[in-house]
Amino acid sequence: MGHAPEEGTEPPVRVVLAKLGLDGHDRGLKVVARMLRDAGMEVVYLGLRQTTDTVIDAVEQEDVDVVGISMLNAGHLTLGPRMVEALADAGLDVPVVIGGIVPDEDRPAMAAAGVAGVLGPGASADEVVACVRAACRP
Amino acid sequence: MADDDRFRTLSGIPVDAVYGDGPAPGEYPYTRGVHADMYRSRLWTMRMFAGFGTAGDTNARFHELLKAGGTGLSTAFDMPTLMGRDSDHDWALGEVGRAGVAVDTVEDVADLFAGIDLGAVSTSMTINGPAPIVLAMYVAVAEEGGVDRGRLSGTLQNDILKEYQAQKEYLFPPRPSVRLVTDVIRFTTAEMPRWNPVSISGYHIREAGSTAAQELAFTLANGFAYVEAAVAAGLAVDDFAPRLSFFFNSHLDFFEEVGKFRAARRIWARWMRDRYGASDERSLKLRFHTQTAGVSLTAQQPEVNVARVALQALAGVLGGTQSLHTDSFDEALALPSEDAARIALRTQQVIAHETGVANVADPLGGSAYVEWMTDELERRAEEVFAHLEDLGGGSILEGVHAGIESGWFAGEIADSAYRYEREVNAGERIVVGVNAFTDGDDPESRRLLRIGQDTEDLQRKRLAAVRQARDDEAVATALARVAADAAEPTTNVMPALLDAVRARATLGEVADALEGVFGTWTEKAVV
Repeated sequence: MGHAPEEGTEPPVRVVLAKLGLDGHDRGLKVVARMLRDAGMEVVYLGLRQTTDTVIDAVEQEDVDVVGISMLNAGHLTLGPRMVEALADAGLDVPVVIGGIVPDEDRPAMAAAGVAGVLGPGASADEVVACVRAACRP
Repeated sequence: MADDDRFRTLSGIPVDAVYGDGPAPGEYPYTRGVHADMYRSRLWTMRMFAGFGTAGDTNARFHELLKAGGTGLSTAFDMPTLMGRDSDHDWALGEVGRAGVAVDTVEDVADLFAGIDLGAVSTSMTINGPAPIVLAMYVAVAEEGGVDRGRLSGTLQNDILKEYQAQKEYLFPPRPSVRLVTDVIRFTTAEMPRWNPVSISGYHIREAGSTAAQELAFTLANGFAYVEAAVAAGLAVDDFAPRLSFFFNSHLDFFEEVGKFRAARRIWARWMRDRYGASDERSLKLRFHTQTAGVSLTAQQPEVNVARVALQALAGVLGGTQSLHTDSFDEALALPSEDAARIALRTQQVIAHETGVANVADPLGGSAYVEWMTDELERRAEEVFAHLEDLGGGSILEGVHAGIESGWFAGEIADSAYRYEREVNAGERIVVGVNAFTDGDDPESRRLLRIGQDTEDLQRKRLAAVRQARDDEAVATALARVAADAAEPTTNVMPALLDAVRARATLGEVADALEGVFGTWTEKAVV
């Protein structure tokens, strides 16, 4: 299983992608998975019905650089910060990027809660890749 | 020669009910529509989908929509309800009332429809995994309010197959879930003659990223699968098929959408007659609800979505829809605000009353392009049916199960979604306001509907009060019967579900009792 080396000799960015909670809208997450792979990143796709615990397990086992969470159910203000806190409580310094239907006016609150990046509807592949890169290499 | 003087153009020219040769609207194979004079005798039902917060919040929106001229109701449930979880379950955190209304018990359903005559209004309920439980709650509320179940008119979505393929809101594995669908069909066929027990839905397949041809093919295949399952459960096809209904997406490619609706009617009529031996002409007529494409709405310059929705709604009407929901322009940002929902309804009213398009049935019939598109989509759908028959050894039902278990449907849909995304990214497809014509966005001007955490707290208090007031022993007995009946494959679970919800068992408790028998389902993730 090879992957395209990214930016010279650096190891590829590893991203875990998950939907937290009950929301079943997974079109966006699947598209993002392919965008990141096409950009040479390694994707650990957890998919639907994940909890903060299952995400943390994956972060620990898969040695990932970024956690990507997709939310289209307006639960981002509750579950986004919860994911950030859960990672911190587990002693993991891994940034969280949230994608989905997040109104612009919620972005400051998400940033204040420690969410490293927010991707809204219509984000291009370049924006998605840049956001994930920026999150893991601040 | 105009047969009815009421139907004239804006400048006074009288128009006929239909133009052209060949099978007319109302005649087999119904390509041109299921009624002879289509909207002349009755406009489509303007059925606006609504649901948020607590039952009381949504009830107020229902009353607003009826007051504004809406002619049917359609209920959106929140994610915990759709997944058969109570509002006080761990999984419900942050999701109560956010993307729909929270329903835990019969008391919530009673509040949801307070002040609405359930014997007079038709009600659509968009729920699938726990659909039999919610139907039981609706029947219980109606009967506690003095309306007999036989008078109830409406639609339960209850289309579980597309959940595994696209929307992913399933509770149990596919086979016992299909048995629950047939239990509902058997129940309503016997006791609720005005009820549509399944709304076979392409909408979510399309929203998940499929093409129009895939939406058409997968949806009709699911319809055939339910027919095969209901016949296997002992029903005669003409006893239930007249109450099967459909639900399609209306997307942006105008003529492709019109062709899709026309092809759907023709395919269904032919398969029902020739493959499944239906002879009642109502079994052959594909009736459908349409919703405009939520996924086509943009968060950038959202006001432009009003134009997208109008064009999509027009395609649905020219395609002969029986009912229509128009999306609100702010739906790429949040649940619809009241103002946005009203504009969406007004859009339908403009089409119905100002444009004259409702005066003539299938006005695009006979257009070389539209007829070709209809044929082409039909041809592509038939290729999918042949593939599923191969997978299923001659059975569409088995083919659909095989395609779900292997992840074939989800993979096909994900491929199409990614292809579209790459085309937009490469600039091969223009999305106005997103990758072209991007100036003029004004985020300051928006007032979004916000659902606060207080909704969750309030709903949990409501649930606690019901748990407090009920007879726990009666609940335990009723839940034991649910499990016992579920374990018996030929027993219809509906009577046990009715007993349980009447005893004030919660949605989550009943779903858990079923899960104890049926187990759960984890999809094979296809990326």
